[in-house]
Amino acid sequence: MAQSITIEIRRYRPEQEDEPVWQSFEVPCRDEWMVLDGLNYIKDELDGSLSYRWACRMGVCGSCGMVVNGEPVLTCATYLSSFAPGPVRVEPLKGFPVIRDLVVDLQDFVDKLKSVKPWIIRDEERPLSEGEYLQTPDELAAYKQYSMCINCLLCYSACPIYSLEPTFIGPAAIALAQRYNLDSRDQGAEERMDVLSQHEGLWCCTFVGECSEVCPKHVDPAGAIQRYKVAATAEWFKSLLPWGNR
Amino acid sequence: MSQSGKLIPSEVASRKAANPRYQLFHPKWYRPRYPIFWWVEKIAYLRFITRELTSLAVGYAAVLLMVEVWALGRGEEASHRFHDLLGSVPVLVFHGVLLALLLFHSVTWLNLAPKALVVRLGRRRLPDRLVLLGHYAAWLVATALVVWFLVGR
Amino acid sequence: MAKARRSREPFFWALFSAGGMLAALVLPALALVLWFAWPLGWVEAPSHAELAAKVGHPLVKLALFGFITLAFFHWAHRFRFTLYDGLQLSHLYGLIATITYGGATVLTLLAGYLLWTFP
Repeated sequence: MAQSITIEIRRYRPEQEDEPVWQSFEVPCRDEWMVLDGLNYIKDELDGSLSYRWACRMGVCGSCGMVVNGEPVLTCATYLSSFAPGPVRVEPLKGFPVIRDLVVDLQDFVDKLKSVKPWIIRDEERPLSEGEYLQTPDELAAYKQYSMCINCLLCYSACPIYSLEPTFIGPAAIALAQRYNLDSRDQGAEERMDVLSQHEGLWCCTFVGECSEVCPKHVDPAGAIQRYKVAATAEWFKSLLPWGNR
Repeated sequence: MSQSGKLIPSEVASRKAANPRYQLFHPKWYRPRYPIFWWVEKIAYLRFITRELTSLAVGYAAVLLMVEVWALGRGEEASHRFHDLLGSVPVLVFHGVLLALLLFHSVTWLNLAPKALVVRLGRRRLPDRLVLLGHYAAWLVATALVVWFLVGR
Repeated sequence: MAKARRSREPFFWALFSAGGMLAALVLPALALVLWFAWPLGWVEAPSHAELAAKVGHPLVKLALFGFITLAFFHWAHRFRFTLYDGLQLSHLYGLIATITYGGATVLTLLAGYLLWTFP
Protein backbone atom coordinates (compact mmCIF):
# COMPACT_ATOMS: atom_id res chain seq x y z
CA MET A 1 0.00 0.00 0.00
CA ALA A 2 1.40 3.39 -1.01
CA GLN A 3 2.51 5.56 1.89
CA SER A 4 1.37 8.82 0.40
CA ILE A 5 -0.71 9.97 -2.52
CA THR A 6 -0.92 13.20 -4.50
CA ILE A 7 -4.19 15.10 -4.42
CA GLU A 8 -4.53 17.76 -7.11
CA ILE A 9 -7.15 20.34 -6.28
CA ARG A 10 -8.76 22.86 -8.58
CA ARG A 11 -8.18 26.00 -6.53
CA TYR A 12 -10.04 29.19 -7.19
CA ARG A 13 -9.40 32.26 -5.11
CA PRO A 14 -11.22 35.15 -6.76
CA GLU A 15 -9.11 37.71 -4.88
CA GLN A 16 -5.92 36.50 -6.53
CA GLU A 17 -6.86 34.79 -9.81
CA ASP A 18 -9.40 35.03 -12.61
CA GLU A 19 -9.26 31.37 -13.59
CA PRO A 20 -8.97 28.27 -11.43
CA VAL A 21 -5.53 26.66 -11.07
CA TRP A 22 -4.40 23.20 -10.07
CA GLN A 23 -2.48 22.80 -6.83
CA SER A 24 -0.89 19.54 -5.70
CA PHE A 25 -0.64 18.21 -2.17
CA GLU A 26 1.06 15.09 -0.79
CA VAL A 27 -1.15 13.41 1.78
CA PRO A 28 -0.72 10.13 3.66
CA CYS A 29 -2.71 7.33 2.11
CA ARG A 30 -4.22 5.44 5.04
CA ASP A 31 -6.30 2.35 4.24
CA GLU A 32 -9.37 3.64 6.02
CA TRP A 33 -9.23 7.18 4.67
CA MET A 34 -11.80 8.64 2.37
CA VAL A 35 -11.03 11.46 -0.06
CA LEU A 36 -12.66 13.77 2.51
CA ASP A 37 -10.08 12.70 5.10
CA GLY A 38 -7.40 13.69 2.61
CA LEU A 39 -9.02 17.11 2.16
CA ASN A 40 -9.29 17.55 5.92
CA TYR A 41 -5.60 16.64 6.26
CA ILE A 42 -4.72 19.29 3.68
CA LYS A 43 -6.77 21.90 5.49
CA ASP A 44 -5.43 20.95 8.94
CA GLU A 45 -1.78 20.46 8.09
CA LEU A 46 -0.88 21.86 4.68
CA ASP A 47 -3.07 24.76 3.57
CA GLY A 48 -5.74 26.16 5.83
CA SER A 49 -7.15 28.33 3.05
CA LEU A 50 -8.70 25.38 1.21
CA SER A 51 -12.48 25.84 1.10
CA TYR A 52 -14.96 22.98 0.73
CA ARG A 53 -18.23 21.74 2.19
CA TRP A 54 -18.73 18.67 4.36
CA ALA A 55 -20.73 17.71 7.43
CA CYS A 56 -21.87 14.25 8.42
CA ARG A 57 -18.93 12.38 6.81
CA MET A 58 -21.16 9.31 6.49
CA GLY A 59 -23.09 9.79 3.28
CA VAL A 60 -26.43 11.09 4.50
CA CYS A 61 -26.20 14.88 4.43
CA GLY A 62 -25.24 15.40 0.81
CA SER A 63 -22.78 18.23 1.52
CA CYS A 64 -19.49 16.82 0.27
CA GLY A 65 -20.27 16.19 -3.39
CA MET A 66 -17.31 16.89 -5.68
CA VAL A 67 -15.88 15.68 -8.97
CA VAL A 68 -13.04 13.22 -8.30
CA ASN A 69 -11.09 12.02 -11.34
CA GLY A 70 -13.93 13.10 -13.58
CA GLU A 71 -16.75 11.40 -11.67
CA PRO A 72 -19.12 13.18 -9.29
CA VAL A 73 -18.92 11.39 -5.95
CA LEU A 74 -19.48 11.94 -2.24
CA THR A 75 -15.96 12.48 -0.98
CA CYS A 76 -16.90 10.99 2.39
CA ALA A 77 -17.88 7.74 0.68
CA THR A 78 -14.92 7.29 -1.67
CA TYR A 79 -11.80 5.53 -0.49
CA LEU A 80 -8.61 7.49 -1.10
CA SER A 81 -6.67 4.27 -1.59
CA SER A 82 -8.91 3.26 -4.48
CA PHE A 83 -7.04 5.83 -6.56
CA ALA A 84 -3.57 4.60 -5.64
CA PRO A 85 -0.95 5.33 -6.87
CA GLY A 86 -2.75 8.55 -7.80
CA PRO A 87 -2.84 11.42 -8.49
CA VAL A 88 -6.37 12.20 -7.38
CA ARG A 89 -7.92 15.19 -9.13
CA VAL A 90 -10.60 16.96 -7.12
CA GLU A 91 -12.80 19.62 -8.70
CA PRO A 92 -16.04 21.33 -7.75
CA LEU A 93 -19.40 20.01 -8.99
CA LYS A 94 -20.14 20.82 -12.63
CA GLY A 95 -23.07 22.95 -13.66
CA PHE A 96 -22.88 25.42 -10.78
CA PRO A 97 -20.93 28.68 -10.48
CA VAL A 98 -17.80 28.29 -8.37
CA ILE A 99 -17.67 30.67 -5.44
CA ARG A 100 -14.29 29.60 -4.12
CA ASP A 101 -12.14 26.48 -4.44
CA LEU A 102 -14.54 23.54 -4.18
CA VAL A 103 -17.56 25.54 -3.00
CA VAL A 104 -20.32 26.11 -5.56
CA ASP A 105 -23.46 28.21 -5.47
CA LEU A 106 -26.56 26.05 -5.21
CA GLN A 107 -29.23 28.75 -5.35
CA ASP A 108 -30.40 27.70 -8.82
CA PHE A 109 -31.16 24.20 -7.56
CA VAL A 110 -32.90 25.54 -4.46
CA ASP A 111 -35.10 27.80 -6.59
CA LYS A 112 -35.97 24.99 -8.95
CA LEU A 113 -36.72 22.63 -6.09
CA LYS A 114 -39.05 25.18 -4.53
CA SER A 115 -40.81 25.64 -7.86
CA VAL A 116 -41.96 22.00 -7.92
CA LYS A 117 -43.56 22.41 -4.46
CA PRO A 118 -41.90 19.53 -2.64
CA TRP A 119 -44.47 19.23 0.13
CA ILE A 120 -47.82 17.54 0.65
CA ILE A 121 -50.49 19.61 -1.10
CA ARG A 122 -54.06 19.05 0.03
CA ASP A 123 -57.26 20.53 -1.35
CA GLU A 124 -58.38 20.70 2.25
CA GLU A 125 -56.31 20.02 5.33
CA ARG A 126 -57.79 17.64 7.84
CA PRO A 127 -58.24 19.08 11.31
CA LEU A 128 -55.82 17.79 13.93
CA SER A 129 -58.62 16.11 15.81
CA GLU A 130 -59.08 13.66 12.94
CA GLY A 131 -55.60 12.34 13.46
CA GLU A 132 -52.83 11.60 10.99
CA TYR A 133 -53.16 10.55 7.37
CA LEU A 134 -52.88 6.78 7.26
CA GLN A 135 -50.83 5.02 4.64
CA THR A 136 -50.41 1.34 3.86
CA PRO A 137 -46.97 -0.19 3.23
CA ASP A 138 -47.96 -0.53 -0.43
CA GLU A 139 -48.70 3.17 -0.68
CA LEU A 140 -45.39 3.94 0.99
CA ALA A 141 -43.54 1.67 -1.40
CA ALA A 142 -44.94 3.63 -4.33
CA TYR A 143 -42.76 6.66 -3.62
CA LYS A 144 -40.19 5.55 -1.05
CA GLN A 145 -37.31 5.26 -3.48
CA TYR A 146 -37.68 8.88 -4.55
CA SER A 147 -37.78 10.08 -0.94
CA MET A 148 -34.22 8.86 -0.36
CA CYS A 149 -32.72 11.88 -2.14
CA ILE A 150 -30.18 13.74 0.01
CA ASN A 151 -29.88 16.69 -2.38
CA CYS A 152 -26.19 16.01 -2.92
CA LEU A 153 -26.50 17.26 -6.54
CA LEU A 154 -24.15 14.65 -8.00
CA CYS A 155 -26.90 14.06 -10.54
CA TYR A 156 -26.84 17.72 -11.59
CA SER A 157 -23.09 17.53 -12.06
CA ALA A 158 -23.44 14.40 -14.19
CA CYS A 159 -26.31 15.75 -16.27
CA PRO A 160 -25.06 17.48 -19.44
CA ILE A 161 -28.50 18.95 -20.09
CA TYR A 162 -28.47 20.83 -16.80
CA SER A 163 -25.23 22.51 -17.82
CA LEU A 164 -26.47 23.22 -21.33
CA GLU A 165 -30.01 24.38 -20.66
CA PRO A 166 -30.35 26.96 -17.85
CA THR A 167 -34.09 26.44 -17.48
CA PHE A 168 -33.94 22.67 -17.06
CA ILE A 169 -35.33 21.76 -13.65
CA GLY A 170 -32.93 18.84 -13.22
CA PRO A 171 -33.00 15.24 -12.01
CA ALA A 172 -33.28 15.61 -8.22
CA ALA A 173 -36.03 18.22 -8.35
CA ILE A 174 -38.10 16.12 -10.75
CA ALA A 175 -37.52 12.98 -8.68
CA LEU A 176 -38.68 14.87 -5.61
CA ALA A 177 -41.74 16.15 -7.48
CA GLN A 178 -42.51 12.53 -8.30
CA ARG A 179 -42.00 11.60 -4.64
CA TYR A 180 -44.93 13.82 -3.81
CA ASN A 181 -47.00 13.05 -6.90
CA LEU A 182 -46.91 9.37 -6.03
CA ASP A 183 -47.62 9.94 -2.34
CA SER A 184 -51.17 8.84 -1.58
CA ARG A 185 -51.60 11.72 0.86
CA ASP A 186 -50.84 14.32 -1.79
CA GLN A 187 -53.38 16.01 -4.05
CA GLY A 188 -51.07 18.43 -5.83
CA ALA A 189 -50.06 16.52 -8.97
CA GLU A 190 -52.02 18.94 -11.15
CA GLU A 191 -50.22 21.97 -9.70
CA ARG A 192 -46.81 20.41 -10.17
CA MET A 193 -47.59 19.42 -13.70
CA ASP A 194 -48.03 23.08 -14.61
CA VAL A 195 -44.43 23.74 -13.61
CA LEU A 196 -42.97 20.59 -15.04
CA SER A 197 -44.86 20.80 -18.31
CA GLN A 198 -43.10 23.96 -19.30
CA HIS A 199 -41.04 23.35 -22.39
CA GLU A 200 -37.76 23.53 -20.59
CA GLY A 201 -39.04 22.28 -17.26
CA LEU A 202 -38.75 18.61 -17.97
CA TRP A 203 -38.84 18.02 -21.71
CA CYS A 204 -35.23 18.83 -22.43
CA CYS A 205 -34.27 15.60 -20.69
CA THR A 206 -32.97 13.19 -23.32
CA PHE A 207 -32.49 10.27 -20.96
CA VAL A 208 -28.71 10.31 -20.89
CA GLY A 209 -29.09 8.29 -17.70
CA GLU A 210 -25.89 9.44 -15.99
CA CYS A 211 -27.86 10.97 -13.14
CA SER A 212 -29.02 7.55 -11.97
CA GLU A 213 -25.55 6.11 -12.43
CA VAL A 214 -23.94 8.55 -10.00
CA CYS A 215 -26.73 8.74 -7.42
CA PRO A 216 -25.34 7.46 -4.09
CA LYS A 217 -28.82 6.69 -2.75
CA HIS A 218 -30.17 4.74 -5.75
CA VAL A 219 -33.01 7.18 -6.21
CA ASP A 220 -33.02 6.58 -9.98
CA PRO A 221 -34.03 10.10 -11.06
CA ALA A 222 -33.79 9.06 -14.73
CA GLY A 223 -36.51 6.49 -14.15
CA ALA A 224 -38.60 9.04 -12.29
CA ILE A 225 -38.34 11.45 -15.22
CA GLN A 226 -39.25 8.83 -17.80
CA ARG A 227 -42.28 7.74 -15.79
CA TYR A 228 -43.28 11.35 -15.49
CA LYS A 229 -42.95 11.84 -19.26
CA VAL A 230 -45.34 8.92 -19.80
CA ALA A 231 -47.81 10.29 -17.24
CA ALA A 232 -47.60 13.83 -18.59
CA THR A 233 -48.11 12.62 -22.16
CA ALA A 234 -51.16 10.58 -21.17
CA GLU A 235 -52.50 13.62 -19.36
CA TRP A 236 -51.85 15.82 -22.42
CA PHE A 237 -53.76 13.49 -24.73
CA LYS A 238 -56.59 13.13 -22.22
CA SER A 239 -56.92 16.91 -22.07
CA LEU A 240 -57.63 16.92 -25.81
CA LEU A 241 -60.82 14.95 -25.26
CA PRO A 242 -63.86 17.15 -24.69
CA TRP A 243 -64.68 15.31 -21.49
CA GLY A 244 -61.09 15.21 -20.32
CA ASN A 245 -60.98 18.91 -19.49
CA ARG A 246 -60.58 20.23 -16.00
CA MET B 1 -31.71 46.88 -4.82
CA SER B 2 -30.25 46.95 -1.33
CA GLN B 3 -28.06 49.83 -0.24
CA SER B 4 -24.80 48.08 -1.10
CA GLY B 5 -26.02 47.63 -4.68
CA LYS B 6 -26.48 43.89 -4.27
CA LEU B 7 -29.70 42.40 -5.61
CA ILE B 8 -32.14 41.24 -2.99
CA PRO B 9 -33.82 37.84 -3.52
CA SER B 10 -37.21 39.28 -4.47
CA GLU B 11 -35.53 41.31 -7.23
CA VAL B 12 -33.86 38.22 -8.55
CA ALA B 13 -37.14 36.34 -8.42
CA SER B 14 -38.99 39.03 -10.37
CA ARG B 15 -36.26 39.16 -13.03
CA LYS B 16 -36.41 35.38 -13.31
CA ALA B 17 -40.16 35.57 -13.70
CA ALA B 18 -39.75 38.02 -16.56
CA ASN B 19 -37.02 35.96 -18.22
CA PRO B 20 -36.57 32.34 -17.14
CA ARG B 21 -33.04 32.28 -18.53
CA TYR B 22 -31.91 35.09 -16.23
CA GLN B 23 -28.84 34.27 -14.16
CA LEU B 24 -27.63 36.50 -11.36
CA PHE B 25 -24.43 38.23 -12.43
CA HIS B 26 -21.71 37.87 -9.87
CA PRO B 27 -18.35 39.13 -11.06
CA LYS B 28 -16.29 36.97 -8.71
CA TRP B 29 -17.98 33.64 -9.37
CA TYR B 30 -16.36 31.39 -11.91
CA ARG B 31 -18.70 30.01 -14.59
CA PRO B 32 -16.80 27.68 -16.90
CA ARG B 33 -18.16 27.38 -20.41
CA TYR B 34 -19.53 23.92 -21.07
CA PRO B 35 -17.40 22.41 -23.88
CA ILE B 36 -19.05 21.74 -27.26
CA PHE B 37 -17.47 18.30 -27.32
CA TRP B 38 -18.57 17.37 -23.83
CA TRP B 39 -19.78 14.09 -25.28
CA VAL B 40 -16.30 12.75 -26.01
CA GLU B 41 -15.05 13.26 -22.48
CA LYS B 42 -16.71 10.21 -20.95
CA ILE B 43 -17.44 6.79 -22.44
CA ALA B 44 -20.98 6.98 -21.09
CA TYR B 45 -21.54 10.24 -22.95
CA LEU B 46 -20.06 8.78 -26.13
CA ARG B 47 -22.42 5.82 -25.90
CA PHE B 48 -25.28 8.27 -25.38
CA ILE B 49 -24.49 10.37 -28.44
CA THR B 50 -24.07 7.23 -30.57
CA ARG B 51 -27.47 6.09 -29.40
CA GLU B 52 -28.95 9.46 -30.35
CA LEU B 53 -27.30 9.38 -33.77
CA THR B 54 -28.99 6.05 -34.55
CA SER B 55 -32.05 8.17 -35.33
CA LEU B 56 -30.31 8.95 -38.62
CA ALA B 57 -30.15 5.23 -39.38
CA VAL B 58 -33.88 4.95 -38.63
CA GLY B 59 -34.67 7.86 -40.91
CA TYR B 60 -32.47 6.40 -43.66
CA ALA B 61 -34.21 3.03 -43.38
CA ALA B 62 -37.57 4.75 -43.82
CA VAL B 63 -36.24 6.59 -46.88
CA LEU B 64 -34.94 3.35 -48.35
CA LEU B 65 -38.34 1.76 -47.83
CA MET B 66 -39.82 4.62 -49.83
CA VAL B 67 -37.26 4.10 -52.58
CA GLU B 68 -38.09 0.38 -52.65
CA VAL B 69 -41.79 1.17 -53.06
CA TRP B 70 -41.01 3.76 -55.74
CA ALA B 71 -38.76 1.36 -57.68
CA LEU B 72 -41.35 -1.39 -57.43
CA GLY B 73 -43.96 0.97 -58.77
CA ARG B 74 -41.78 2.02 -61.71
CA GLY B 75 -41.66 -1.50 -63.05
CA GLU B 76 -39.45 -4.54 -63.27
CA GLU B 77 -36.41 -2.84 -64.76
CA ALA B 78 -36.25 -0.05 -62.19
CA SER B 79 -36.73 -2.63 -59.47
CA HIS B 80 -33.89 -4.79 -60.77
CA ARG B 81 -31.52 -1.84 -61.05
CA PHE B 82 -32.31 -0.87 -57.48
CA HIS B 83 -31.78 -4.42 -56.20
CA ASP B 84 -28.50 -4.69 -58.10
CA LEU B 85 -27.38 -1.47 -56.41
CA LEU B 86 -28.26 -2.99 -53.06
CA GLY B 87 -25.93 -5.89 -53.85
CA SER B 88 -22.88 -3.78 -54.68
CA VAL B 89 -19.98 -3.92 -52.25
CA PRO B 90 -19.82 -0.29 -51.09
CA VAL B 91 -23.58 -0.29 -50.44
CA LEU B 92 -23.32 -3.57 -48.55
CA VAL B 93 -20.54 -2.19 -46.35
CA PHE B 94 -22.54 0.98 -45.71
CA HIS B 95 -25.61 -1.06 -44.85
CA GLY B 96 -23.50 -3.23 -42.58
CA VAL B 97 -22.67 -0.16 -40.52
CA LEU B 98 -26.31 0.90 -40.57
CA LEU B 99 -27.51 -2.52 -39.46
CA ALA B 100 -25.12 -2.29 -36.51
CA LEU B 101 -26.60 1.13 -35.67
CA LEU B 102 -30.15 -0.21 -35.95
CA LEU B 103 -29.29 -3.08 -33.64
CA PHE B 104 -27.72 -0.61 -31.22
CA HIS B 105 -30.94 1.39 -31.32
CA SER B 106 -33.03 -1.70 -30.63
CA VAL B 107 -30.90 -2.94 -27.75
CA THR B 108 -30.58 0.45 -26.03
CA TRP B 109 -34.27 1.21 -26.54
CA LEU B 110 -35.54 -2.11 -25.19
CA ASN B 111 -33.08 -2.04 -22.29
CA LEU B 112 -34.51 1.29 -21.14
CA ALA B 113 -38.14 0.17 -21.39
CA PRO B 114 -38.32 -1.08 -17.76
CA LYS B 115 -37.43 2.41 -16.57
CA ALA B 116 -40.45 3.98 -18.22
CA LEU B 117 -42.88 1.12 -17.77
CA VAL B 118 -43.34 0.55 -14.06
CA VAL B 119 -46.18 -1.80 -13.14
CA ARG B 120 -47.03 -1.96 -9.48
CA LEU B 121 -48.43 -5.09 -7.85
CA GLY B 122 -49.26 -4.06 -4.33
CA ARG B 123 -46.03 -3.45 -2.44
CA ARG B 124 -43.82 -4.75 -5.19
CA ARG B 125 -43.33 -3.64 -8.69
CA LEU B 126 -43.12 -6.00 -11.60
CA PRO B 127 -39.42 -6.98 -11.73
CA ASP B 128 -37.44 -5.05 -14.32
CA ARG B 129 -36.15 -8.33 -15.72
CA LEU B 130 -39.69 -9.47 -16.48
CA VAL B 131 -40.53 -6.24 -18.29
CA LEU B 132 -37.27 -6.60 -20.21
CA LEU B 133 -38.04 -10.22 -21.08
CA GLY B 134 -41.47 -9.17 -22.32
CA HIS B 135 -39.96 -6.57 -24.62
CA TYR B 136 -37.34 -8.92 -26.02
CA ALA B 137 -40.07 -11.51 -26.58
CA ALA B 138 -42.00 -8.87 -28.50
CA TRP B 139 -38.86 -8.22 -30.55
CA LEU B 140 -38.65 -11.92 -31.38
CA VAL B 141 -42.30 -12.05 -32.38
CA ALA B 142 -41.99 -8.91 -34.51
CA THR B 143 -38.91 -10.31 -36.23
CA ALA B 144 -40.73 -13.55 -36.97
CA LEU B 145 -43.71 -11.65 -38.39
CA VAL B 146 -41.53 -9.44 -40.60
CA VAL B 147 -39.55 -12.38 -41.94
CA TRP B 148 -42.73 -14.41 -42.51
CA PHE B 149 -44.33 -11.51 -44.38
CA LEU B 150 -41.34 -10.84 -46.60
CA VAL B 151 -40.09 -14.35 -47.21
CA GLY B 152 -43.31 -16.32 -46.97
CA ARG B 153 -45.07 -17.23 -50.17
CA MET C 1 -55.12 27.25 -14.71
CA ALA C 2 -54.04 28.08 -18.23
CA LYS C 3 -53.39 24.96 -20.22
CA ALA C 4 -51.96 27.11 -22.96
CA ARG C 5 -48.83 27.54 -20.89
CA ARG C 6 -48.17 23.83 -21.17
CA SER C 7 -45.72 22.81 -23.82
CA ARG C 8 -46.64 20.86 -26.97
CA GLU C 9 -43.70 18.57 -26.40
CA PRO C 10 -45.81 15.60 -25.19
CA PHE C 11 -47.30 15.26 -28.67
CA PHE C 12 -43.94 15.04 -30.39
CA TRP C 13 -42.54 12.89 -27.61
CA ALA C 14 -45.42 10.45 -28.14
CA LEU C 15 -44.62 10.23 -31.87
CA PHE C 16 -40.94 9.82 -31.06
CA SER C 17 -41.74 7.05 -28.58
CA ALA C 18 -44.04 5.15 -30.91
CA GLY C 19 -41.60 5.49 -33.79
CA GLY C 20 -38.69 4.40 -31.66
CA MET C 21 -40.49 1.32 -30.35
CA LEU C 22 -41.63 0.23 -33.80
CA ALA C 23 -38.23 0.88 -35.30
CA ALA C 24 -36.57 -1.11 -32.51
CA LEU C 25 -38.89 -4.07 -33.02
CA VAL C 26 -39.10 -4.15 -36.80
CA LEU C 27 -36.12 -2.51 -38.50
CA PRO C 28 -33.32 -4.98 -37.78
CA ALA C 29 -35.36 -7.82 -39.30
CA LEU C 30 -36.42 -5.63 -42.22
CA ALA C 31 -32.85 -4.50 -42.85
CA LEU C 32 -31.52 -8.04 -42.59
CA VAL C 33 -33.90 -9.32 -45.27
CA LEU C 34 -34.06 -6.31 -47.60
CA TRP C 35 -30.42 -5.26 -47.48
CA PHE C 36 -28.63 -8.61 -47.03
CA ALA C 37 -30.70 -11.76 -47.39
CA TRP C 38 -32.22 -10.86 -50.74
CA PRO C 39 -29.31 -9.02 -52.41
CA LEU C 40 -26.82 -11.69 -51.31
CA GLY C 41 -29.11 -14.55 -52.19
CA TRP C 42 -29.29 -16.09 -48.70
CA VAL C 43 -33.00 -16.34 -49.38
CA GLU C 44 -34.51 -16.43 -52.82
CA ALA C 45 -35.74 -12.95 -53.61
CA PRO C 46 -39.36 -12.76 -54.72
CA SER C 47 -40.24 -11.94 -58.28
CA HIS C 48 -41.29 -8.43 -59.14
CA ALA C 49 -44.91 -9.47 -59.49
CA GLU C 50 -44.95 -11.24 -56.11
CA LEU C 51 -43.45 -8.32 -54.19
CA ALA C 52 -45.63 -5.78 -55.98
CA ALA C 53 -48.69 -7.82 -55.07
CA LYS C 54 -47.68 -7.90 -51.40
CA VAL C 55 -46.98 -4.17 -51.24
CA GLY C 56 -50.10 -3.36 -53.24
CA HIS C 57 -52.41 -4.77 -50.58
CA PRO C 58 -54.24 -1.82 -48.95
CA LEU C 59 -53.52 -3.02 -45.42
CA VAL C 60 -49.83 -3.32 -46.19
CA LYS C 61 -49.84 0.17 -47.70
CA LEU C 62 -51.48 1.50 -44.55
CA ALA C 63 -49.00 -0.29 -42.29
CA LEU C 64 -46.07 0.94 -44.36
CA PHE C 65 -47.39 4.50 -44.30
CA GLY C 66 -47.92 4.42 -40.55
CA PHE C 67 -44.50 2.96 -39.90
CA ILE C 68 -42.68 5.36 -42.22
CA THR C 69 -44.48 8.36 -40.68
CA LEU C 70 -43.55 7.34 -37.14
CA ALA C 71 -39.97 6.56 -38.16
CA PHE C 72 -39.55 10.04 -39.66
CA PHE C 73 -41.02 11.77 -36.63
CA HIS C 74 -38.87 9.65 -34.36
CA TRP C 75 -35.82 10.89 -36.28
CA ALA C 76 -37.08 14.50 -36.27
CA HIS C 77 -37.57 14.68 -32.50
CA ARG C 78 -34.36 12.88 -31.57
CA PHE C 79 -32.21 14.72 -34.10
CA ARG C 80 -33.60 18.05 -32.93
CA PHE C 81 -32.34 17.37 -29.40
CA THR C 82 -29.07 15.96 -30.72
CA LEU C 83 -28.46 19.31 -32.43
CA TYR C 84 -29.50 21.23 -29.31
CA ASP C 85 -27.22 19.26 -26.98
CA GLY C 86 -24.49 17.86 -29.19
CA LEU C 87 -23.70 21.05 -31.07
CA GLN C 88 -25.24 23.55 -28.63
CA LEU C 89 -27.57 24.99 -31.25
CA SER C 90 -30.61 25.40 -29.02
CA HIS C 91 -30.72 29.12 -29.84
CA LEU C 92 -31.70 28.11 -33.38
CA TYR C 93 -34.79 26.35 -32.09
CA GLY C 94 -37.08 27.82 -34.76
CA LEU C 95 -34.86 26.84 -37.66
CA ILE C 96 -34.17 23.38 -36.25
CA ALA C 97 -37.82 22.68 -35.53
CA THR C 98 -38.69 23.69 -39.10
CA ILE C 99 -35.97 21.51 -40.63
CA THR C 100 -36.73 18.45 -38.50
CA TYR C 101 -40.50 18.42 -38.11
CA GLY C 102 -41.02 20.21 -41.39
CA GLY C 103 -38.72 17.78 -43.14
CA ALA C 104 -40.50 14.84 -41.54
CA THR C 105 -43.85 16.24 -42.71
CA VAL C 106 -42.62 16.65 -46.27
CA LEU C 107 -41.17 13.15 -46.34
CA THR C 108 -44.35 11.75 -44.85
CA LEU C 109 -46.46 13.43 -47.53
CA LEU C 110 -44.11 12.09 -50.18
CA ALA C 111 -44.44 8.59 -48.76
CA GLY C 112 -48.21 8.97 -48.69
CA TYR C 113 -48.23 10.03 -52.32
CA LEU C 114 -45.99 7.14 -53.35
CA LEU C 115 -48.15 4.59 -51.60
CA TRP C 116 -51.42 6.11 -52.76
CA THR C 117 -50.32 6.01 -56.40
CA PHE C 118 -48.80 2.54 -56.13
CA PRO C 119 -50.49 0.22 -58.65
